Amino acid sequence: MGTFTGSFKGFGVTFAHMFRKVVTTEYPFKPPTPAPRYHGRHILNRHPDGLEKCIGCELCAWACPADAIYVEGGDNTEEQRFSPGERYASVYQINYARCIFCGLCIEACPTRSLTMSNEYELARDSRQDLIFTKEQLLAPLLPGMEQPPHPMRLGDSEKDYYLGSLTNPGTSAGAERAGGADASQPGEPLSRGAA
Amino acid sequence: MGIEEKLPSGILLTSVEKLSNYARKSSFWGATFGLACCAIEMMAAGGPHYDLGRWGMEVFRASPRQADLMIVAGRVSQKMAPVLRQIYDQMPEPRSVISMGVCASSGGMFNNYAIVQGVDHVVPVDMYLPGCPPRPEMLIDAILKLREKILHQPLGPNGRKMLEARKARGDVPVVAPGAMPSSYRENKARRAEWEQAVKEGREEQLRIENWMKAQNHLSGGVNR
Repeated sequence: MGTFTGSFKGFGVTFAHMFRKVVTTEYPFKPPTPAPRYHGRHILNRHPDGLEKCIGCELCAWACPADAIYVEGGDNTEEQRFSPGERYASVYQINYARCIFCGLCIEACPTRSLTMSNEYELARDSRQDLIFTKEQLLAPLLPGMEQPPHPMRLGDSEKDYYLGSLTNPGTSAGAERAGGADASQPGEPLSRGAA
Repeated sequence: MGIEEKLPSGILLTSVEKLSNYARKSSFWGATFGLACCAIEMMAAGGPHYDLGRWGMEVFRASPRQADLMIVAGRVSQKMAPVLRQIYDQMPEPRSVISMGVCASSGGMFNNYAIVQGVDHVVPVDMYLPGCPPRPEMLIDAILKLREKILHQPLGPNGRKMLEARKARGDVPVVAPGAMPSSYRENKARRAEWEQAVKEGREEQLRIENWMKAQNHLSGGVNR
């Protein structure tokens, strides 16, 4: 008799599960939202006028434990300006077949040019396609942004860009928050030392 | 294989090809091949929370002779490489390989004498999955991409010839099979968006754009 009631108890557990909420995620149909700071694929950010934030210093490449980042610096000239200041990255590649998404490159970046998004659907069928070039990594041009090369629009020197960067991050897809409702619009020149 | 190699090009192949590929992709059986931390994520993908059973592949076969998909999950050491190859050789054709994680794909951060720098030195790989380790969604994404790729795979030498002829005519899909992220492919509106972006060559920008739109804390820089 004990075994009889015992089996009822056992099946009762199974039966009760039929009325529980289903735990299975519906991934490809309803993709889940990862944690805000989930380490996904990188973004190379832009200043509010469209100039690139990357200055080609290679600190990200030096910080990378997997040697996944390749940077070649180039010199900005008055005719060909890609970033404020002297240098820009003429070649920027991240090899996602090597990248371990540790985020050390993000910590190393002095201009917050390199940040990470939460995008993770990266599988490809060739190793070549996993090497992301600068064109693929750069943030899209938002309204008010202009495709570089073009002269500095937000001030006379690169200092104006960096001092204003807290209230006007451009595309800085990372930890920075909106400076406030009246944070200056993209493309609008900042007053000196606004921050 | 059999009949498709003896028939002249074009006869019977397209529909049989579709049917055979549909059958192949609909029920992968993976070989149990966990080597390191990626294997934990692979097991998680098979469990109830992510549930690979939704695609008929929750069983990981302990015998390679019953499996047609090898998920190389983890770093492959030089000593493991011959074992890996033997397991691959024991699997019946047609078979596929996913190299899961950066270590299997290229050696990852272990750029040293002990680790094979990419499992494609040992076996042909159909899908490379980056991540360290990739989350179960990424594995599911890779599997779905592989399924799509297999659905479009030619059958036998004549099938390959037909595919080449189609390519020469320029009759190829806008997005190569297995290139679109799964969450885009399953959503009609986003799928159209992606196809348009591929035509303009800005699909990666589209991804960043869509991601930024979903981030409320970025609204200062983006959503004005």
